Amino acid sequence: MNSRKAFTACALIILAISVAAQNSLDSLLPLKEVTVVGERYREVIPSQRLSGERLEALNSFSVADAIRYFSGVQIKDYGGIGGLKTVDIRSMGTNHMGVFYDGIELGNAQNGQVDLGKFSLDNIEEISLYNGQKSEIFQSAKDFGSSGSVYLRTRRPKFYENKKFNVRSFIRGGSFDLINPSVLWEQKICNNVASSVNIEFLDASGKYKFRYRRVLSDGSTAWDTTAVRENGDLRAIRVEGGLNGYIEGGKWDAKAYFYDSDRGIPGAIVNNVWKHYERQSDRNFFTQGSFQKKLSDSYDFLANVKYANDRMHYINPDSTLMYINNTFLQQELYVSVANKYSLTGNWDISLSSDYQYNILDASLRDFIYPKRHTFLLSSATAFEYWRIKAQGSVLGTFVFEDVKKIERYSDDELLPGVQRGTPDDKREITPAVFVSYKPFHCKDFNLRAFYKHIFRMPTFNDLYYPEIGYIHLEPEYTIQYNLGFMYDKEIKYGRKFSRFLVKVDAYYNEVDNKIVAVPGKSGGLYRWMMINFGYVEIRGIDVNVRTTFNPFPDGVFNFNLSYTYQRAQDFTYSDEEISYGGQLPYIPWHNGSVILNGIYRWWDINYSFLYSGERYHYSANIPINYERPWYTHDMSVGKKFCFGKFNCKVTAEINNLLDQQYDVVLNYPMPGRNYKIILKTEI
Amino acid sequence: MKNIYLFLVFAFLVLFSCREEMEVFKQEEETVAGSEDIGISGFYLLNEGNMGSNKSTLDYYDYGTGDYNRNIFGSANPSVPKELGDVGNDIKIYGEKLYAVINCSNKVEVMDKYTAKRIGQINIPNCRYIRFEGRYAYVTSYAGPVELNPEYKQLGYVAKVDTATLEVVDRCMTGFQPDELEIYGGRIYVANSGGYMFPNYESTVSVIDIATFTEIDRIEVARNLHHLRIDRHGMLWVTSRGDYYTQPSRLYYIDTGTNRLIDSLNIAVSNFHLDGDSLYIYSVEWSYVTMSNTVTYGIVDVNKKEIITHNFITDGTDAKIKIPYGIIVNPVTKDIYVTDAKNYVSPGTLYCFGSDGKQKWNVRTGDIPAHFVFLYETSDK
Repeated sequence: MNSRKAFTACALIILAISVAAQNSLDSLLPLKEVTVVGERYREVIPSQRLSGERLEALNSFSVADAIRYFSGVQIKDYGGIGGLKTVDIRSMGTNHMGVFYDGIELGNAQNGQVDLGKFSLDNIEEISLYNGQKSEIFQSAKDFGSSGSVYLRTRRPKFYENKKFNVRSFIRGGSFDLINPSVLWEQKICNNVASSVNIEFLDASGKYKFRYRRVLSDGSTAWDTTAVRENGDLRAIRVEGGLNGYIEGGKWDAKAYFYDSDRGIPGAIVNNVWKHYERQSDRNFFTQGSFQKKLSDSYDFLANVKYANDRMHYINPDSTLMYINNTFLQQELYVSVANKYSLTGNWDISLSSDYQYNILDASLRDFIYPKRHTFLLSSATAFEYWRIKAQGSVLGTFVFEDVKKIERYSDDELLPGVQRGTPDDKREITPAVFVSYKPFHCKDFNLRAFYKHIFRMPTFNDLYYPEIGYIHLEPEYTIQYNLGFMYDKEIKYGRKFSRFLVKVDAYYNEVDNKIVAVPGKSGGLYRWMMINFGYVEIRGIDVNVRTTFNPFPDGVFNFNLSYTYQRAQDFTYSDEEISYGGQLPYIPWHNGSVILNGIYRWWDINYSFLYSGERYHYSANIPINYERPWYTHDMSVGKKFCFGKFNCKVTAEINNLLDQQYDVVLNYPMPGRNYKIILKTEI
Repeated sequence: MKNIYLFLVFAFLVLFSCREEMEVFKQEEETVAGSEDIGISGFYLLNEGNMGSNKSTLDYYDYGTGDYNRNIFGSANPSVPKELGDVGNDIKIYGEKLYAVINCSNKVEVMDKYTAKRIGQINIPNCRYIRFEGRYAYVTSYAGPVELNPEYKQLGYVAKVDTATLEVVDRCMTGFQPDELEIYGGRIYVANSGGYMFPNYESTVSVIDIATFTEIDRIEVARNLHHLRIDRHGMLWVTSRGDYYTQPSRLYYIDTGTNRLIDSLNIAVSNFHLDGDSLYIYSVEWSYVTMSNTVTYGIVDVNKKEIITHNFITDGTDAKIKIPYGIIVNPVTKDIYVTDAKNYVSPGTLYCFGSDGKQKWNVRTGDIPAHFVFLYETSDK
């Protein structure tokens, strides 16, 4: 209740300020930033994309929240601000998703998962999602290496007129005792070089009320219980700094990223257990640089380099459970060179080569300190002929792993299950083909198709985690077939315009050699083993409809609908089993989203709706494993105003308007109705 | 454009419509066999459920009707929030009550033995197994006081519970991570596992004098002890899980007269059931060669102290059982019941075999079917 009162008070104060400040509004052109960005020219299959004000208008807290609006994406959300959020694209599994930050992949060799909940939208300018791969050929070899990819692009400084610097700050506050200030400073150093520094701080108790309720068959209440979600607190600081420069025929940038956080792990709510005590702290650092130049009319060159250092500390201080206190440190070094050569005006070839080195240290007894060398070599070609655009690429991946021999203990003192030797070297050659065809000359209607074969490497946890890992795991493969179309129509009449875009894709994916945990080792005790055992078939349809129009000169209206149908069947266990052919855990048959966004002069209003249909939490699709659909309505109202020299915008958000009580993951209750207020100030 | 507006109106109507309520899960009934009049009403089967899933469920097989009833707790107790709980670990009947030890819910659920209606609960953190003597229940728990010096160590204990008030009245410290316990001759024998201490597993059986409720002896056996069973000759049979490396799982026996280890049989044991002089055993061991589990079955004659057969399933059904997880033998008909926990995330299967080792029937259970108790027609055993 308190947060609601505080919210109302804040809203009133800010509204008062904004009304008082309305006189100086003339200098604001609210429509300027809403220009509809055309689809990228070279891409054979354009991405799904959220950027600029459309991204800002969503009531999203992190990158994970924003990605939910894309079609074909399933998010596993353990609830609250600090809860783990992982993304799965077209049901192939989290580990098949590549996440790129300013063009360079974010890695996690330990468990293969990038927690997108940790990435703030604060300085993100654009999020793009690609099925298969970004169908561009001038990119590093890693860009060819995932089943699907998310690209996060941070803001690149732009200075209007004679401005020497830009300063932008946000302060967000609201439910969960959230306080989240941030500041971004962009400075023009000389004509072609700019710097930026972004600092963000976040503190939240993560507390929220949740309610579980069951009824009898006559509809009367069987039981109904309300409690407060505990141990979901989060405190984090993020500091990011970068230099960007333009050179003749090219550009370069360098950046450093630092993130430090401490959070509670809220845990499953089960009978008689309403609170958990596990904690996790993360310290992530990386620095990366990129250089790109057109060296001649037909030759382009790109180089990337990165070093990352990630420390994770996990502790379970609950004195009734097994005491765990572990620290993991992983480091990554990455270099990449990409070359593109234009053979003719409409035929390009490229050659890229990457090298990556990963090491992991863990405070586990007898840990074997794995080291992984990955060499990637890609060759690709793209051509445009008549109304056909096509691309083909081949990626060679060569992985060599080494483990440290444990010298502290003699053979008979070693921990049980300690694996000896090193895994086999892996050599994989995997292709991808992308084609699009425009059948009508004057209509923007495209048919498109792709085929891609790729794999993910077993993670260090899969291979080496004491007791569970298995050193001889093979890669897990995916094969994707996609067929679809896109229709784009833009009409302009005087000052009015409207645009209508529809994309429909049907796809068939296979995941083979899937790495699954099976009960193993000795009975009686609960033990899992990782083996290459699973097989999954996924058939799906993604639909995307977007329209933008201005019903009156000072207003713009955006509508976005995405819908996904998926039949993701688990064929892992034999056909005698009840799980044979069952829908994969937590994959709904139907899910989708609707975004409505209206901008009128200095006001904007946003409504978004997310729907996730019925699911099962295990592959055995029987009533006891059933999970109900869930859907949330989020709304926000924003208003721009001037306050002296400052351009400001205040936004009030209500999320989960109908206060729906739901779990995305069994026994992890999600927040009900919650509020947030955001003040953005720019100079 | 008009179509879009129509669509939007329609969409709004759909979107704001109410969501169906979730019903308490109803019990499911299946007839699997004919009626048998054997002086036993039936048996309860406790399904463990995966950790964090809160899906420990209770099934009941009725000999009178031949019906298998899945998930009876919800129907018997529709008003209990969050159902039975997370990871059931033991089930026993004493007097008129049914006791289910729910490990990750930190409690023993106490029910009426005929109806499974809830009577109350005993809060014991990280509780494992339960036995009874006189008016008290004795429950092992991993969660003793923490010693931080020099490193984190935590002894387990046996809780003494008044079965009338369901209150813990006393505690007696044991070794690290005590598992099953057995009561014989005024003493409680406790198998200490040290499961949280690996690779420094415990290797002793604690002996507690019931009268003074103090630990009076420790019997050195082998690493990582798990199950205990007393036979009618006063011999205590103890299983070790082994350390999964140099010491394999094995079956040991202790003379309760001298409280000393006599010998062992070279046979791996994951779980067992004693019926008369026949100790029915099975073991599951992972093989890196086949990348699968090797399962073995057998019967030990506790009087002769030798393995009399290596298989009590004779019709080849054993090939279908992936992970045997629970076992019990009907003392009257000598039918053998074995559960298969499969991949832990699928519902399990309960198999019934005749004394000739041939399958009589099988039925789907809850997740990870594990622990049995017979309900006798006449009060008490």
